[in-house]
This record gives sequence, structure tokens and C-alpha cells, in this order.
Amino acid sequence: MDKPIIEVNNLGKKYLIGEHQPYLALRDSMAQFIRNPFHLFKKRITLPEGKNDFWALKDVNFTVNRGEVIGIIGRNGAGKSTLLKIISQITPPTTGSIHLRGRAASLLEVGTGFHPELTGRENIMLNGALLGMKKQEIKQKFDQIVEFAEISKFLDTPVKRYSSGMYVRLAFSVAAHLEPEILIVDEVLAVGDTEFQKKCLGKMEDVTHQEGRTILFVSHNMDAIKGLCKKTIFLEKGKLINFGNTNAVIEKYLHSTHATEMNNVWQVTDGKYENQYFSPTKITLTNDKQELINTTENNIDLWINIEGIVQKPDPALQIGYVLYDQYGTILYWSFQTDTKADKWPKITLGSNRFKTKIPKRFLNEGTYTVEFSSALFFKEWLCEPGKYCPAINFTIQGGLSDSPYWTMKRPGLLAPEFEWIKY
Amino acid sequence: MEIVIKPKNKWWQIDFRELWRFRDLTYFFAWRDFKVKYKQTIIGVLWVVFQPFITMVVFTVFFGNLAKIPSDNIPYPIFVYTGLLFWTFFSTSLSNASNSFTLNEGIVTKIYFPKIIMPVASIVTGIIDFAVAAVIFAFMMGFYHYTPSITGLLLLPLLIIMTMLSSLGIGLLLASLNVKYRDVRYILPFFIQLLIFVTPVIYPVSIVSPENRWILGLNPMSGIINAARSGLLGGSPIDWTLLGISAVSMIVYCLIGFVYFRMVEKYFADVI
Repeated sequence: MDKPIIEVNNLGKKYLIGEHQPYLALRDSMAQFIRNPFHLFKKRITLPEGKNDFWALKDVNFTVNRGEVIGIIGRNGAGKSTLLKIISQITPPTTGSIHLRGRAASLLEVGTGFHPELTGRENIMLNGALLGMKKQEIKQKFDQIVEFAEISKFLDTPVKRYSSGMYVRLAFSVAAHLEPEILIVDEVLAVGDTEFQKKCLGKMEDVTHQEGRTILFVSHNMDAIKGLCKKTIFLEKGKLINFGNTNAVIEKYLHSTHATEMNNVWQVTDGKYENQYFSPTKITLTNDKQELINTTENNIDLWINIEGIVQKPDPALQIGYVLYDQYGTILYWSFQTDTKADKWPKITLGSNRFKTKIPKRFLNEGTYTVEFSSALFFKEWLCEPGKYCPAINFTIQGGLSDSPYWTMKRPGLLAPEFEWIKY
Repeated sequence: MEIVIKPKNKWWQIDFRELWRFRDLTYFFAWRDFKVKYKQTIIGVLWVVFQPFITMVVFTVFFGNLAKIPSDNIPYPIFVYTGLLFWTFFSTSLSNASNSFTLNEGIVTKIYFPKIIMPVASIVTGIIDFAVAAVIFAFMMGFYHYTPSITGLLLLPLLIIMTMLSSLGIGLLLASLNVKYRDVRYILPFFIQLLIFVTPVIYPVSIVSPENRWILGLNPMSGIINAARSGLLGGSPIDWTLLGISAVSMIVYCLIGFVYFRMVEKYFADVI
């Protein structure tokens, strides 16, 4: 097979936004029809091009070879889902074309087409058929599907009585046993427990390595993208910004999202992060002397300073940050409530300032991103990690140790200095 | 195998291979609709019998006994039940088909499949109801000592297919309109209710003068119901002209419905 399995040329998709949808009211269409009955059959009634045009995708070009697993990343509204929808033939493009040289199946949402009243068994059959499997094919794979989903006990229970975890497991399991040449997956792994997520990723890996299947995979989970995809597409505002080696693309993406340039200060500019529990106003990275730090050696303690305004103190408030390396891997989460309850800093009405330390000689050389995050414990996210919360970044270079034997960067995410004792 | 996705496809370009590949899905949708229909009901499938049967009783009392509507010398209950048998099949198929896309919005916007499967499946589901109601009809024929003519029996499958195609044609048009204009949802029950009066369900075709009968034929169900009565119950010879006119109007409705459906089908996910 020399020709690429997916070929996308000059793809564009225009939506009309605003109150007046492209499909005029019935009476307009009828009036038009009465004025000129043949018009309807000749061409669609067109609206003038204007402010209401919104190009969800524009001039997108790329090709995918057989057996490649391609990640697609970008912020919300970058056009990822639109792209998948066009490739899945759910919605037509406005311009350009796509050539698919193989059977495609898409999994855009977990459990679409499940009917709550039907049992697990019945839904497997129905969903399989919906995703393009033949009856015979589903029957053959039935046992595998049930086993993978771990729901054998509940096979004859209506899925409306399922827990959400079971539901997701069943839905993914049906899809994972599809055998299309092209599999299109949109963010389905965002739900479900981590154990099962891992299992799904494992299954997808098996599928690509052993069976040479082509996969397009949209996710906000950079770890999953890195684990699965050799190449990645980065979309922004409907345009393809970057397509190539996954690590390089992710690095570029993170730089563009967390901060347009290297930034050691974040300051509030609009009301986007405002809420009554804790509205962040300023986040900085400093040394012991409250001096701003941008690039540093590894031999000083770093302080993350978070300022914000509280209008309504809530005991469930959690303020913290997520630390990412330059590839978007999460190193850890930290919250002000991580210690024993009596040691938590007090949240008071009005302005609050907190600081927390990243100890010296703990991180490795590299560029890191600190993403602010906050939540009401067990109730809701105020600022959910990975959803473009305020962020700053910094670089550590040199100063790895005082040892004459350790002067170069070592492999690994961390480079802590530990004491060794003879006894 | 190569699929080319482009902004526009012509309505007459139909991918039959694809339809064939998805044939099982038609079956599964029909089966799903049937299964779900009577879940959490006590008397289940008996509801299928209940509706035309009670309607027959009510119509017999009011139209047959009180209003004394003629019935070509056929006992009014079986006369009206023949009409209701086909009419119920037609009207439920039509209304299910018309709502098929909007009721399955989630599937339409998230999964690709040939969309025509949905209205087709909802009509296939109607066959089961029709079959159950037909059993009652068979009992009634026994009760009133009627034996269908050979022509009538041979004609029956054709009449069933014609009923399905009529509801599919009009249903496709209404279903496609429904995606864009939810007005259809409100018009439809009203429309069906009125339509029964321009269909010879409660009255015989013979009350319309011969020169005006072709107007009745514009409604495909007229020819079908009339032919079913003549074929199964006798009384008068089968009116082939009326059936012919009905067949032509059925084809016209199917064409209009199908062409319109094909023109707007690909935008369903964007507008639904």
C-alpha cells in the first residue's frame, strides 16, 4: 500500500453562528418556493457571507499512512471534534476533500446508541451493528466483549441500572472489538476509572501493533497521547499548527497554551477565573528573598506564591497547583489541604496570599509548568487541571549537586539528592 | 475501497453497497423499537390489539349505528376494522418515521450510518403491530363467515408493501423537515387525525360519485383500503383504476420524499 490511508486536502468547515441559523424559518423557505418553485431544486438558498461565518476548520492538510496512530490535540474549540466528525462522515466539509482508503469506524462518545431500557446483551448487539459490525461478527466476539467489560453478571440487566463505570466499560469494550481499518476515537477515555483506562490504552496499543490499524485519537491527556501516538496533530482555531513527532508537538502545544512565552508571573486580566470562593489574581515564582525567578540552578528552594480574593469563605475550598514537565507529564498535584487539618492555612474573607515550596534538588533539569488549580472538595472544580487554568513556567539548569561526580543531567523525571549512610 | 468525502454529493448517487453492509442495522433498530415499546407495561403486546379494537367498537356505535353510514352491505364492524387495520399501520408508521431522526438525535450526531435506515426501521417495526392486529381480523372474518377471494389474498402482500411505501415516502419528507423545523411535531398528529376523514376508513368509496373518485386516489391509502375490502370481504369488484391512481400518487410521494431527504440528509448533524 503506497497511497496514504487518509488524505486530507484543504479541508474547511464553516458554521453560521448567531441567532439566525443557516436554515431559515419554514415560512421563508415557503415564500421563496412560491416565488420561484424551481429555485429549490436548483440550488440552496444562500445567505450572504458575513460576520456570522465561523470557520471551525480552515485549510487543513495532512496525510496518514496505514498503521499510524495519530494524536490530535488542541484547546477546546480548536476544531478537533469537527475534524473527527468530518472524517467520520457525520457532517460534510464546506471546502476541500478527504480520501479514506479503508473502512472507518468512529467512537465519538461513549455509549451513543445505548438504549437504557435494553439489557447489556441487547445493547452489545445493537451497538455493534451501529458501529458497523455484522450480526455474525458480533456473535463471534460476544464473549470477548463481555469478558473485557467485566460485566458478565449483569448481562441481562437493563443498562439504565448500570453504574456509570459499567456503562463506560461496556461501551468501550464493544468499540474496542471493532475491526475497521481506521478507528476514530474522541476523548472517550476521559471517563471511567483509571484501571479501566489503562486497560483500554493497553488494548488500543495491542490493536495498533499487532493488527496494523490506523487510529486517530483526540485527547487532553498528554500521557495517553505520548504513550500511543508517534505523530501528533496540533490544531488551533481551526488551523493545523503543527504535525509531526509527538514529543515535539506536545512541547509546542504546551508552550502555546500555558503561556505564550516563558512566564514567571501570571496576573489576572479578565473575569474568566472569577468565582465567589477563590478568584486567583496573581501567581508568581520566587526565591527565598521574594525575588522573581525564571531560569534557575537546582540549588535553591523555589516558592510558588498564589494570591486571590475570597468573597465567600468555604471550608471545602482547596487551592493548589499541578506540576508538569515540558512534555506535559503530570509530576504531582499539591493542595493547601494536603496536611493534617489543623495545619491548613486559614482562608479569610477578602485578599489571601499563600506560598508553597518546591525544595531544592528535587526536580531535574528541564522546563516545568505550574498550573493553578482549585476546587470545592468533593463538590466541584473551580479550576480543573488541564483545562487551561492560570499557569506559569520556569526552567532549571545546572546546580544539580555539589558532588564532583554528578555534574551532568541524569535520565529521569526527578533528580533528588538523597543521603547515603553506612551502618 | 476508497471513500471520498466532499462538500456535495448528488442526490441520485446512492451507495447501495453501503446500504447492504448496514442491512443488519435496519433489523436491529426495528427490533430495538419493538422491544422498548412495551417495556414496563403490564399487558405488553396486547396494546397493539387494544387500540384498533376499541376504535372499531366506538366507530361502529357512532358511525355505523347512530350516523348510519353505509358500508356496502358489509357488517359495519368488520367493514370499519378492515379500514382501521391498514389505516393504523399507515398512521403509526408515518408518525414513527417522521419522528425517527429527531428521537435519535444522539445517534444521528455521533455515529455515521446510512440515515434512511431509521425511518425504514420504524416502518418495519409497524409490521409486527399490523400482524397482531391482522390476527383479530382473521377471527372477525371467521365470526362473520367471510372467505377472502384468491385475488384478494394474492393482492394482500402488494397492499401491505404499498402501505409501507406510502408511509415511507411521506414519512421521509416529514422526517427531514422535522430535523430543521420542529413544527412538524405539532402538525403531524393533527394532520393524521384529519387525514382519516379523506380516507375511506369509516365510509365506503361508493359514497363518492364515480367521476370524483380520482380525487380520493391522490391519497394512496384510499386505493389500498378499498382494494383490501373488495378483495377480502367481497361486496364489490376491486376498483383497479382507483388502486392505479393511488399507486401513481404513492410513487410521486416517495420520489418527493426521497429527493428532499437526499438533499438535506448530510446536514442533519449540523441542524438537528
